[in-house]
Amino acid sequence: MSAVVSPIREPLIEGGKTYHQITEDICSPTERTPSTAWVLAFIVSASFLALYVFSVAWTVWHGIGTWDLNRTIGWSWDITNFVWWVGIGHAGTLISAILLLFRQKWRTGVNRAAEAMTIFAVICAGQFPLIHMGRLWLGFFIFPYPNTRGPLWVNFNSPLLWDVFAISTYFTVSLLFWYTGLVPDFATVRDRATGLRRRIYNGLSFGWTGSAKHWQRWESLSLVLAGLATPLVLSVHTIVSFDFATSVIPGWHTTIFPPYFVAGAIFSGFAMVQTLMIITRKVLNLQQYITLQHIESMNKVILLTGTMVGVAYLTELFIAWYSGYIYEQFAFYNRVLGPYWWSYFGMMTCNVISPQIFWVKKFRRSIFITFFMSIFINIGMWFERFVIITSTLARDYLPSSWSYHYPTWVEVCLFLGTLGLFFTLYLIFVRVAPVIAVAEVKSILKSAGDQYIGENAKEHAHADSH
Amino acid sequence: MKDQNTDVLYGLYDDEQDLLKAVKEAKDQHLEIMDVFTPFPVHGLDPLLGLAESRLHIAGFVYGAIGCLFGFGFMTWVFTRDWPIIFGGKPYFSAPAFIPVTFELTVLFASVGMVVTFYTICGLWPGVKNPTLDDRITDDKFCIAFNASGAEDSEVDKLKGFFSGTGASEVNMKTI
Repeated sequence: MSAVVSPIREPLIEGGKTYHQITEDICSPTERTPSTAWVLAFIVSASFLALYVFSVAWTVWHGIGTWDLNRTIGWSWDITNFVWWVGIGHAGTLISAILLLFRQKWRTGVNRAAEAMTIFAVICAGQFPLIHMGRLWLGFFIFPYPNTRGPLWVNFNSPLLWDVFAISTYFTVSLLFWYTGLVPDFATVRDRATGLRRRIYNGLSFGWTGSAKHWQRWESLSLVLAGLATPLVLSVHTIVSFDFATSVIPGWHTTIFPPYFVAGAIFSGFAMVQTLMIITRKVLNLQQYITLQHIESMNKVILLTGTMVGVAYLTELFIAWYSGYIYEQFAFYNRVLGPYWWSYFGMMTCNVISPQIFWVKKFRRSIFITFFMSIFINIGMWFERFVIITSTLARDYLPSSWSYHYPTWVEVCLFLGTLGLFFTLYLIFVRVAPVIAVAEVKSILKSAGDQYIGENAKEHAHADSH
Repeated sequence: MKDQNTDVLYGLYDDEQDLLKAVKEAKDQHLEIMDVFTPFPVHGLDPLLGLAESRLHIAGFVYGAIGCLFGFGFMTWVFTRDWPIIFGGKPYFSAPAFIPVTFELTVLFASVGMVVTFYTICGLWPGVKNPTLDDRITDDKFCIAFNASGAEDSEVDKLKGFFSGTGASEVNMKTI
């Protein structure tokens, strides 16, 4: 039970909390009337969501010609947004699954919100391949179902089809994992409520009682789901990168893509977690549960993965030169110095150079710098996908078909609209569910609460040894 | 969910260490514990209660194996028997290309199967109304429950004595 904790390890729960205070602090935001800040944020998000609905309707009615794509540039903002959102959707499962396997206790403070973010980001990502089909209502053709056309099956050799399986499996497993973690916490909310609210939360908590056998199975289930989700999360962006890597386009046809995409996904995902967590902890007054220690740990992951993508960018350039293959060399020359040089420059600055400031502990622990950097990284990662997709397609084998793509208002609104969708879902989530895993935080209190470790620990240990 | 009502005598403890000591004491006194309820998983409780290790992970393996074989088998059937098509000059049975989908289906079957099994064997499902002994069990109380249906007064007194002896902060009787 009481694992040996190094006395120099920093506490993950501050303020000398008791179990009841933890319940109170985390559950009470769902019970209060929404604050003005929340209402304003919700109005803004919902407006962008409305803009999204409008631009999807416009796209479906007029066709994807409204995006001004052309023969050369067949993928642009749509697939950029898709890959960007999927990438963001990697941090949640990484935090909850991989860090669970590694027994990293700081996971408990941020896993719930990060997993919610994952699910919402994957919802946003899934929009783009669907509306990109043009005929949205035939979207179900991507699934292999018995049909009257033969039956004619889908092409199981195609990475685009692998993507369908990867994204839908990832979404399902993340949702199940997240919800199974939520069930005991919904029971906590239920037991604090009365009347209709109690009935609703009883439904949401599936009638959870907290029996010892249930907890045992729950832990077994969480561990196995974490074990399954770990290779899954690595497979998803690997398969997304196959969409590009298995093609014959210079600049795409590279074996470095899978690890490089996965590192980039974790990088952007953690940046989005930071953006959300810094606002959430402030607004919901949860600074004692999402501490500077959590923020610093995540900044270390950002520094590591940011440097990994940096190494990947430089490796790509080197290999392009070293291959001696002129099309490959031109593709990279064009990325750096071609018409889209500004996006390459943005990518390098935001993703590789700027995270290096996190070598300094003071910056890693600065809320302001972390928030600023998280936005910066999200922009940088969007540029990365744009560089890979649009700038590569703009200069293909035939100079006669070289072209340049300007986004139309529809494309821009679709992108802004998914941000609206994402934040609307997140805002609803913080109102209805505990944003921190209550039961899991309680289970680490004795080993990570500030009254049990560090300088205060002695007196408490003394008091406890009755 | 139950046909007959059960009288439950339960004690609440304020700390998981007190609970563990009490469960041990109950074992020594040969008292039959009906169930233990906690706000979070308390480690070290299962061996004291004599709970066998969960076999849920074995079920997960079986579901995963089914998903794996189904996925690979289905793709093989489609491309070698039902509708063979040549893609990029590759053989009909191009096993490496089937790996990603096989992997995803393995994970999908194992996860969905395990989650459904978990809720089913625990009797947890939307709309289920499991009786709860005390609202604070999901907050900060650790509960030991004894089945006191048809128990004589002397037995109930013995259990009450056990609770006061092990430092329970509250003892109550409830019919569920």
